[in-house]
Amino acid sequence: MSTCSVSKGCFVFKPSPKKRRVSQKTAIHFGEGENDSEDRELRFDTCQSLWNQIKLETEQIQEDLNKQLLDNLVSFLRRSHSDFQEKKTEWTCRMKSREIPTAALVLGVNVTDHDLTFRNLSEALRNNITPYIALLEAKDCPGVKNLMQKLMGQLMNCSTDVVSLEDEDSVQVSQNRIRCSMNSLIDWYKSVTKKTDSETLSKKRTSSSRHQQSPPVVVIFKDMESFTTKVLQDFIVISSQHIRELPLVLIFGIATSPMIIHSLLPHSVSSLLCIELFQSLSCKEHLSTVIDKLLLTSRFPFKLGEKVLQVLINIFLYHDFSVWNFIKGFQLCIVEHFYSQPLSVLCCQRADAKKRVNSLSHDQCENIRRLPSFRRYVERQEAEKQIALLTADNFLKETTQKLLEDLHVYHENYVSVLRCLHVFTCSLPKYPLGKQIRELHCACLENQVWETEDYESFLQLARMLNKSDLETMLQQCVEILVSSSGNEFDKAIGKLKEFLTQFHKLEAEAFQEQDVSVSSQKELQKKTDLYHLQKTLLELKDSRRSKKLTKFEMLRFEVVDYIDSLVRNYLVPADHKTLHEIVYFNTASVLRGHLNAAPRIALHTALNNPYSYLKNEALKSDGGSISNKAPDICIVYKLHLECGRLINLVDWLEAFSTVVTAVEGPNADAASSDQVDDIIHARFIRAVSELELLGFIKPSKQKTDHVARLTWGGC
Amino acid sequence: MRRLSGKGRGALEVKFVPDEEVLKHIADDAGIKLRKDKAQPAVSVKRFVKKLENISDDEAQEILEEKDYVAALGICAQDPVGNGSSVSGGEVYSFKSPKRSSRLAELASELAQTPGQSVAPDHSKCPDKTAKTPQSSQRSSRVQQRNKKKEFVSTTPYRLRKRLADPYLESESEYSASCSEEEDEEDQKEDNTVLSGQKTPAKTKAASTPPPGNTLAKKNKENKMSNLVEEYFEAHSSSKVLTSDRTLQKLRRRRLSQQTLHDLLKKAPLAYAAEIKELNQLHESLFSKWMLQLHLGFNIVLYGLGSKRDLLEKFRTSLLQDSVHLVINGYFPSITVRSILNSITEEVLDHIGTFRSPLDQLDFIIERFKEDSSLELYVLIHNLDSQMLRGERSQQILAQLSSLPSIYLIASVDHINAPLMWDQAKLSLYNWLWYETTTFSPYVEETSYENSLLVQQSGSLALSSLTHVLRSLTLNARGIFRLLARYQLENKDNPSYPGLSFQDFYQQCREAFLVNSDLTLRAQLTEFRDHKLIRTKRGADGVEYLLIPVDDSTLTDFLEKEDEDV
Repeated sequence: MSTCSVSKGCFVFKPSPKKRRVSQKTAIHFGEGENDSEDRELRFDTCQSLWNQIKLETEQIQEDLNKQLLDNLVSFLRRSHSDFQEKKTEWTCRMKSREIPTAALVLGVNVTDHDLTFRNLSEALRNNITPYIALLEAKDCPGVKNLMQKLMGQLMNCSTDVVSLEDEDSVQVSQNRIRCSMNSLIDWYKSVTKKTDSETLSKKRTSSSRHQQSPPVVVIFKDMESFTTKVLQDFIVISSQHIRELPLVLIFGIATSPMIIHSLLPHSVSSLLCIELFQSLSCKEHLSTVIDKLLLTSRFPFKLGEKVLQVLINIFLYHDFSVWNFIKGFQLCIVEHFYSQPLSVLCCQRADAKKRVNSLSHDQCENIRRLPSFRRYVERQEAEKQIALLTADNFLKETTQKLLEDLHVYHENYVSVLRCLHVFTCSLPKYPLGKQIRELHCACLENQVWETEDYESFLQLARMLNKSDLETMLQQCVEILVSSSGNEFDKAIGKLKEFLTQFHKLEAEAFQEQDVSVSSQKELQKKTDLYHLQKTLLELKDSRRSKKLTKFEMLRFEVVDYIDSLVRNYLVPADHKTLHEIVYFNTASVLRGHLNAAPRIALHTALNNPYSYLKNEALKSDGGSISNKAPDICIVYKLHLECGRLINLVDWLEAFSTVVTAVEGPNADAASSDQVDDIIHARFIRAVSELELLGFIKPSKQKTDHVARLTWGGC
Repeated sequence: MRRLSGKGRGALEVKFVPDEEVLKHIADDAGIKLRKDKAQPAVSVKRFVKKLENISDDEAQEILEEKDYVAALGICAQDPVGNGSSVSGGEVYSFKSPKRSSRLAELASELAQTPGQSVAPDHSKCPDKTAKTPQSSQRSSRVQQRNKKKEFVSTTPYRLRKRLADPYLESESEYSASCSEEEDEEDQKEDNTVLSGQKTPAKTKAASTPPPGNTLAKKNKENKMSNLVEEYFEAHSSSKVLTSDRTLQKLRRRRLSQQTLHDLLKKAPLAYAAEIKELNQLHESLFSKWMLQLHLGFNIVLYGLGSKRDLLEKFRTSLLQDSVHLVINGYFPSITVRSILNSITEEVLDHIGTFRSPLDQLDFIIERFKEDSSLELYVLIHNLDSQMLRGERSQQILAQLSSLPSIYLIASVDHINAPLMWDQAKLSLYNWLWYETTTFSPYVEETSYENSLLVQQSGSLALSSLTHVLRSLTLNARGIFRLLARYQLENKDNPSYPGLSFQDFYQQCREAFLVNSDLTLRAQLTEFRDHKLIRTKRGADGVEYLLIPVDDSTLTDFLEKEDEDV
């Protein structure tokens, strides 16, 4: 069946049920088919399980980070209507002023991440406070009527959880029949609460004790800024009229700043709200935690290369601030890595990797031999060993196991030392190696960090640290190293602890020295004579310059040198490690192409320089110019660039035909030229309508047979 | 582009200055101050950026080096083939430059004169450098210039012009006195060129063009180097259009019907078919990867020059034969979201019944897909950015559809501004993976619908619809319409013709025994209006004027045909 039609734009294709596969296996599409299928499936499974682990982890992180916020909100909701339950007089006085308790939830600009937060929130509320929750979005509520409809729909559906199942039908029917008004909502609320009341009384408050007796009705506005003011105002005014019968609580999700409430709502309306502000964690902190938990850990075998990480962070910082997108990008990295790297089958937990190395096929061994990092490794070996590595599969497997083990140890050590280094860098003035640990991580991955200028300045600054800072940092380092899983650090810990005790000793010594210095100062005070003062000061200066370093300074140098040696030992960039290709994903260009594509640049390149796509010598040109044998659309495009706002079609056509006929040569005879002209004309029409489709021009009514240019400058 | 327009503008060049350069500029000044507070001098821009971060508050540290980012963007242009040239933002999004009417022609002849070769980048600079070379070379280049001008500005018949266009047949003698005046001007200009030294011949050419360029030329003489600002604004603000007044009507073969166009294009061989095939094969090798990524929850969007329809069709026929899929031709002129949703509910889900609004329908679909996890649907959309689908609401609905885990969307976009359709919320719903699939194939289907084409052929369908509608009307009604058409043609030379007033029309119809009361006439007119055959306009005096919104040539054709029939 063809999909071209002049009367239809949608075509549905349904294969006969017999032919239809019940559920296609995704793994079928995995791999390019050059490897044996078993390996491919294994790779896919590894990929999926890894992704699932990471997904769980990220969700856990989000939940943990939101915990504080949710707890605060829950307690606020408890408080807000505690008066209503006890039917106190205080409540009634408040209600005289008709204030609706409102929580303003400032969530930050990364709107796309909010969904998860709201899901967690409504879950938490459902468990702790009330079953009556309605989540509203601006796009569903163009008017108050729609809002009420949506609200009642959601509330009455959720009430079925509490009301036993047999009532479901009646509720369903009534939803359609009841006019959506505040009164019917109140009626509904009364009936529901009465029912639960009686239920709880009969059951002697056994089952539904987790909810209060008359739970509040929570209405969440997910994206408060996008609601039309009229709708919000009307809803607030109406519901404030009924707050006495209906314990309503509003939650505003705010992306910008809490001031927006006051700019959206006039004073008369906002005074009906009793607003409490809640601030969620900023997305930057969220990202730091995610990077910390996903990348700077040896839990997950998969690693990101420097460029790739940079791309993901750039997208985050420059485009959306969305942690969720960052994670999506991370997922793409995983998929790409496992898809394109046949050896990624070894990118798994240590124990599995060992087994898998043993069962590698010969082809895979060849793949290992082809890895550039492995080649470098082989070149470093003795001749005998080289031959063995290149010929004997078994020996290769043994070595691979060892190398993988090495790689794993390297990661463990890397993370701990990186954190130690970060302890130092993050407290130095001007943060020579970046404030965030991710910047430090990138710097270390990029190249040998100790060769950079920033590192130089870090060392200089570190040599100027004062004692108390140095001590606390050392203490922190010791803690980090102790908690790390690597066992190579016993010596390092010992050394650091030794430094610490030396510092303590120094303190005691300094105590004794103090007396001397005080006395000398007293001497100085005695002599008020200007000449002598000058002299003594000069002497002091001289002595200070030539003076040997104090013990503390010596020790400080030692400490810094030791840290430096740790860095040089453990923070070697990953691509210096053998077999790093197995666990590191490094093709940043692919990632950037898929996530942060530049369609305009692609169009621009294709139109200006067709040779970059069509490898034909005739199209080859130097610089930005274009050959006149280029495809029609390129020529037409090139010609149109020379025009102003309006383009005369006739001129354009003529220019085009001049170019085209020149290419075809002057041999066109008078007899056939008529037809040639027609064809050129047709080609021109096609090219122009293609440019119109691409959005470069549009028909213009300003002048007959003119089109208007839609782009500026070169594109 | 930069080079070409730079040539045209001579000394006047609006240059895009990237951020890093601005930064560098500032850094030169500020660096001195900063030196005081740090032992090491600020060595590079990168360093300076870092310092700025530290000085400002905590937020600032998030700013990564601008330079790195720009560099990172530059690499974006790399295509899977690995042959992409990196184009910096400055080149693509430069300022609009003042254009002259003759540049089009100049470029064309420039391109034409270098057969088989690319235009040498400093082709035009050569005479500039050798400004003092013997007169002969100057002469010849001037001849060429005049050539080009002659070719395009004159209104001689096409045939003659074409002959003139051939540079090898040229002889000096063909130039008559009409050129002499300009020659003087040119000589003057030449002096200027020698003096200023920086001027390119292209500029001279441009300046010496007749009428529209004339004022320009004068201005140039006065202060040729400066006035960059003035000229920039002139190019933008002037309501005057600096293009020639020629119209397609004066050309011999001005319109082609859809069918002849199609036939003609069939005759023309597709250029670079082999290379295009190679490109396509490259893209086809990605099919299985697409399937994988679709299944993993991503949706795929294809961009790049050339029709991606065939590619998607190939994808469909090779991989989707055994699964339920929906193909949507976004370029179809009357496609709506409603029709898309309808085909899902009616044909995919076999649901009978109607919905109050597309949102309800969407809810229903989402519900169904969530309930039944075995339900899977592949959606292919050709031209997601088409006129009909680019609206905010349609995109929102499509995005929500695509966010369903068991709906797999693969779409293509062509418009240069297509990404502007999506805000962050929609983007995250779509969860796109971008694939550059430049195919260079002609957009045959996409441009085949009448409304997507330019003026060239709007006539044919209008004519056929005219005759079609008219044939179903009574004899009297046809007479009424013919009367109006004739009257309109009689007045076709009157540019301020407002239309035929209702009263006059009624009078004429009565005289021709076509109607007997103005009520019947009004009923008839309502029918015409319903079929969009006529348009009514209320004049300044409150009188109703009737017009046939069809161009004169079509109307003439129609009348001729009608006369034949009768």
